[in-house]
Amino acid sequence: MKYTEDHEWLKLDGDVVTVGITEHAATQLGDVVFVELPEAGGEVSKGDEVAVIESVKAASDILAPADGTITEVNEGLADNPALVNEDPLGGAWFFKMTLKDRSVLDGFMDEDAYKALIG
Amino acid sequence: MSDLKRTVLYDLHVGLGARMVPFAGYEMPVQYPLGVLKEHLHTRAAAGLFDVSHMGQVILRAPSGRAVDAAQALESLVPVNLMDLKEGRQRYALFTDAEGGILDDLMVANRGDHLFVVVNAACKDQDIAHMRSHLTGACVVEEVTDRALIALQGPAAEAALESLVPAVTAMRFMDVAVMAWQGVDLWISRSGYTGEDGYEISVPDAQAVAFAEALLAMEPVEPIGLGARDSLRLEAGLCLYGHDIDRSTSPIEADLAWAIQKARRTGGAREGGFPGAGRILSELTEGAARKRVGLLPEGRAPMREGVQLFAGAEGGEAVGQITSGGFGPTLQAPVAMGYLPAGLATPGTVVYGEVRGKRLPARVTELPFRPSTYKR
Repeated sequence: MKYTEDHEWLKLDGDVVTVGITEHAATQLGDVVFVELPEAGGEVSKGDEVAVIESVKAASDILAPADGTITEVNEGLADNPALVNEDPLGGAWFFKMTLKDRSVLDGFMDEDAYKALIG
Repeated sequence: MSDLKRTVLYDLHVGLGARMVPFAGYEMPVQYPLGVLKEHLHTRAAAGLFDVSHMGQVILRAPSGRAVDAAQALESLVPVNLMDLKEGRQRYALFTDAEGGILDDLMVANRGDHLFVVVNAACKDQDIAHMRSHLTGACVVEEVTDRALIALQGPAAEAALESLVPAVTAMRFMDVAVMAWQGVDLWISRSGYTGEDGYEISVPDAQAVAFAEALLAMEPVEPIGLGARDSLRLEAGLCLYGHDIDRSTSPIEADLAWAIQKARRTGGAREGGFPGAGRILSELTEGAARKRVGLLPEGRAPMREGVQLFAGAEGGEAVGQITSGGFGPTLQAPVAMGYLPAGLATPGTVVYGEVRGKRLPARVTELPFRPSTYKR
């Protein structure tokens, strides 16, 4: 598992990266009540606002962690946004994507570095 | 947060695990470990305890020692019939300005020999200055600075408070009374800001922690933060000053005409005689050009404060905007309030809110979103 400074986690499986938000992020957001997902098949650039997550308190953007193509989105999340609080690291993945350049993964934090960040 | 004030319950909040945030110059609990959603639902299902000690508590006393004389003086600042407010009763009121805008909303209680007034935290200094500058001579304006204010709301509130103060069961919605608990006087009203039955209790600072702890020790009572207080009042269709009402909105635009009794209207016994009466009385008969409405977004995306409203799905200028909005945990759907031109304010009308560049439909609906459960 790799982590971004935007509190997203990335899990590599073959050529596909699954993206979600960390438990820390889910706790900070509070109860999630709405999730808007991107279209599968779309090309994205690092930093694009690809998904929206709204808690009882506020709206936040989920950013594309790298350049690539969205291959699959978690449709179940739109129907059950509370899953983001219940299972942020598992069932509440947001989307899967292929990367334009896999070497960018080396630039992300490992678990120890992320833990130090949220200290 | 060094410039922020703390209520006497601050340590209790921290001990309960509250997340404290700045609000109206105070460090206040926005949520406890239960979280906003569950705190909201718990209040609707059982009982929630809210620290509202940041609000202003004020006593208005006329030299005659009669509440009606203080009421007569205060009527010069509000479009409300206070002279006929009976002893032991409370009424909602609004301070208006010369242009007919709203300076604050408040509660006024007749306590026999004086009026007891509760005003919003963010406005209390200006409200007190406003009353002092206009009422001096007719009334002494005393800010109460040594009492906490605790709200207990929800279907289990009555039984919980009854176990400490048995006589509260005899109170009806908007009754006020002074009742003893462990040798101190509690100033109790049967009212609140959630749409639930419940009470607001003014308790001396020295006993406030013990009183709150006695209530929190009861199984149905959970502490509730500002986050759930906001979603509860929104579902109840109640205005939040500085958001749904302010100096740019008149009471008629805000759909608060019900707060202006016949005696103060055109042809009434004490017609007008409050700031902005010209505009407000004319809007009462002619109608206002725009109106505060409830809105139910048709999708799941919340429409929050500031979202612009349009008459159509494409083109055209904004016709209004959302003033409060979010997710309604009881409705399990987004809910919002905002202002629309009178022609679009009829329940059933579909308008469009622009959220992240997309126009999403929302239906105008009657308020409240969730029927209130007051014990009338």
